[in-house]
Amino acid sequence: MSSDPRVQAKPTADQTTITLALNQALTDAMAEDPKVLVLGEDVADPEGGGIGRVTKGLSTQFGELRVRTTPISEQAIIGAAIGASLAGYKPVAEIMLMNFTTVAMDMIFNHAAKLRYMSGGQLHVPIVIRTMTGAGFSTAGQHADFLEAWFAHAAGLKVVAPCTAADAYGLLRSAIDDPDPVIFIENLPLYWVPSQRPEKGHRVPIGKARIAAEGSDVTIVTYSGMVGRSLTAAKALAEKGVSAEVIDLRTISPWDQETVLASVAKTGRCIVVHEAVGPFGAGAEIAAVLSERCFGKLRAPVRRIAAPFTPVPFTKPLESAFIPSPERIEEAALSLVKAVH
Amino acid sequence: MGKQAEPICRLLGSFRFGDQHLEGALPYSNQPDGPTQVEIFRRMALLKGHDDRSRKVILAGRMVTPYYSYRGQEVIPSAMSVNLTDDDYLCTIYRGIHDMLAKGLPLKALWGEVTGRATGTCKGKGGPLHLTYPPKGIMVTTGIVGSSMPIANGLAWASLLSKDGRVAVACFGDGASNIGAFHESLNLASVWKLPVIFLCQNNRFGEHTAYAKATSVARISDRAAAYGMKGVHVDGNDPIAMYGAAREAVERARAGDGPTLIEAMTFRFHGHVFGDDDKYMDKAEKAAAVAADPYPAFRKKLIEGGVASEAELAAIEAEVEAALDEAVAAAFDSPFPSLDELTTDVYGEAV
Repeated sequence: MSSDPRVQAKPTADQTTITLALNQALTDAMAEDPKVLVLGEDVADPEGGGIGRVTKGLSTQFGELRVRTTPISEQAIIGAAIGASLAGYKPVAEIMLMNFTTVAMDMIFNHAAKLRYMSGGQLHVPIVIRTMTGAGFSTAGQHADFLEAWFAHAAGLKVVAPCTAADAYGLLRSAIDDPDPVIFIENLPLYWVPSQRPEKGHRVPIGKARIAAEGSDVTIVTYSGMVGRSLTAAKALAEKGVSAEVIDLRTISPWDQETVLASVAKTGRCIVVHEAVGPFGAGAEIAAVLSERCFGKLRAPVRRIAAPFTPVPFTKPLESAFIPSPERIEEAALSLVKAVH
Repeated sequence: MGKQAEPICRLLGSFRFGDQHLEGALPYSNQPDGPTQVEIFRRMALLKGHDDRSRKVILAGRMVTPYYSYRGQEVIPSAMSVNLTDDDYLCTIYRGIHDMLAKGLPLKALWGEVTGRATGTCKGKGGPLHLTYPPKGIMVTTGIVGSSMPIANGLAWASLLSKDGRVAVACFGDGASNIGAFHESLNLASVWKLPVIFLCQNNRFGEHTAYAKATSVARISDRAAAYGMKGVHVDGNDPIAMYGAAREAVERARAGDGPTLIEAMTFRFHGHVFGDDDKYMDKAEKAAAVAADPYPAFRKKLIEGGVASEAELAAIEAEVEAALDEAVAAAFDSPFPSLDELTTDVYGEAV
């Protein structure tokens, strides 16, 4: 799997892309359960089936009452999803880009996340909010942010971020099954990268990480687009005699503490890598939990490799420097391994 | 009218009479007939009684809570709710206890909640700003201005999908017509032709700011035209006019003819939050509004018109007081939720 959006291999017979896997997941879920709905900007076929074509074919197959193109009205989109879910439906709302979720934060944070609790358990909000983001295409400051920490900070929400076709399918099916609101983060540069085709009905449990590469010297905890870069770094490290274990969290909230703690207990070293800016990010939370729960097993301080604390820049050299590189991950791993403790 | 109005014991809900529910809407007529007028009065009496009692209990120091009094606005939900069934949906706001009581929220569950007890409808975890009671279609109470509307649209979309004829009513104040959610919601509802009623209770102030200082149009109902929907401006303190406007909007929604924006003119007698000093209000305007209190006015009209006798109406009021006595006493006798409730109901399964 390449993390470079310019390198797009053609899928082999047993491979598919994330966009096609997501489309299959929605098709299968809608065919199995008439309560599953889709709404969002341009999602119906007359509008092209979504900008990533993830919803292509759905409105033709299931009708435009179940697959509804909306106005450019993010509050109205999430509000409609919440309301329909309260009446027993399972809406999958597409917010075209993750930055646009900020327009709907009242609906997401004050309502979707909290209605179960505020109603004393009388209500629940089984919605999925699919949203896409990621730097790499010069989309600049308002179209590429990773905002997972905003949502992971909200009690009542779950946050997932798959990076393979099989995980995209399996997590979307699990998110639709889930009785609570799930923020489903898709990464633009990964959309058309081929990977193993999932089996129909495949489920990936929410809250369960995947060990993408086994290793013994250092644990790299990451997700979404940074998994590929971490694997690239792990290969380079292997050539230098350093064995890196790469954990793809897949779910950011609730994250798989068991898998990460077991790995760090083994390696004694941990780097958290994410494309979001560093301060108050997921890496800070993971580092804090590691220091609380396995301080005695750490042989070096937990490191964070993240974007600099800036908006996403436009011009290619700056954008490339913004995204954590395999070289930065490699350097961090080498410095941890060299540190004597 | 083919059917007698529901007796007050049923209106007041389950705290006295088990799990009996209101059995749907009263039959329609363009003008409410006598029994319907008395039913509207019953609901107004319940609403006024609850508001009076709430302020009394707060002033006595027995209950500590922000209280957004709706005193003066009783007609609107009373005349609306007689046109609705238990299956119809309500999304309302923090100044919305009157909307919920009129829709059938049982007093015992209400008082349990506002006193923070385990017997409250939300087990004390939502409080007066987030009252919820799905058995009566009371789905969402929001503390965020304007946020009742986007969610009501979703409930109305579900009605279209289920073809169950349910209508969704979103209540909000005049101030909420200036927030983005209002505009997004009206546009979507119109484009999707949703069975939703946007019920604006224009009490002439958004928090402390007078209507004209914050709102660009003379009438909020004028904004309906911008979204291609029917807009109705009505005296929300006139039960007969309010009934007619509500009925027409409900019929439009049920017939599949889409949403309605109703602007019901009213006045809140106790400011934004109970205890505010009213300095921002024109004294003469307030005095005139209080002098025109719709509750005694309608009471008098019913008696003078021969629709009901003084004794009948006094009996309704006495029943309300007795029900309140019982609900309030039950609430204060009820336990607080156990501390393990702090961390339950966050997710379906603890994470």
